[in-house]
Amino acid sequence: MKKNDYILAAFIFLFAGLLSAIIFVSGNERGNFVTVTVDKKVYGTYSLSENQDIEIDTEFGHNVLHIENGSVSMTEADCPDGYCKRQGEISTEKEAIVCLPHKLIVEIESADEQNEEDYDFLVR
Amino acid sequence: MSKRISACGLLVALAMIFSYIETLIPINLGLPGMKLGIANLVIVIGLYLLKPQEVLLISLVRIFLIGFLFGNGMSILYSLAGGLVSFFAMLLLKRSEKFSVVGVSLFGGSMHNVGQLFIAAAVVENAKIFYYLPPLLCVGCVTGILIGLLALRILPTGQKIIQNAGTL
Ligand SMILES: [Zn+2]
Repeated sequence: MKKNDYILAAFIFLFAGLLSAIIFVSGNERGNFVTVTVDKKVYGTYSLSENQDIEIDTEFGHNVLHIENGSVSMTEADCPDGYCKRQGEISTEKEAIVCLPHKLIVEIESADEQNEEDYDFLVR
Repeated sequence: MSKRISACGLLVALAMIFSYIETLIPINLGLPGMKLGIANLVIVIGLYLLKPQEVLLISLVRIFLIGFLFGNGMSILYSLAGGLVSFFAMLLLKRSEKFSVVGVSLFGGSMHNVGQLFIAAAVVENAKIFYYLPPLLCVGCVTGILIGLLALRILPTGQKIIQNAGTL
């Protein structure tokens, strides 16, 4: 091994650490609704204030999203890798649950007071 | 010439066995685009024993064969992105002659995951997926180091075999 190997490894970890720090301090707004997008099309939007299980059935497969106390997690999925079920709970706008085999992404967004009507429309 | 071709065929078979072994290892960290990249061992070693174009061919043949056998169009697209980015990243580092095989391999491992994540971001058309970039970089780096250390031990034997086989 050469000295440069260590430097390169240290640089990659440092870069990842720095990136993590930036992510850690940014986008911590908790949002008030969840958007599920499948194959680039919005599948549905759901209120975060209501505890519920959302069944997502598409041509790509089956997923169940669980909303509880403002946190969202993927509790069921029939995708081959099962990665989405391991992504834990998300509750802030920067986070996302991704199920790549099903081309599915779950994100948290917020509608501000002025757009109350939009928001009402979205969650219905 | 035919010796070279059969050597390449042998390495494709070896890489495919590694890919298959990888599907049997149930590591699930929930990181979209993550792969252990055991088959990358063949590519790393190949970079030191064969011509770059031969290694690229081995990599591409493996990706398409594994894709047709176990995957689908999408999985081939992901593997192709990861495989190509990692191949050229490693070739660049190797050519610089400033790194050992461990450095080359750890860079390839990290870049492989970055390549796959970019395709993933394009598939879902959402940049929030880069939330997973830091852990993917680290995991790729660690697996790359392990593959590199293995390659460090295997390479002397590989070089001997090539020498004994005469002019391939
Ligand atoms: Zn999934």
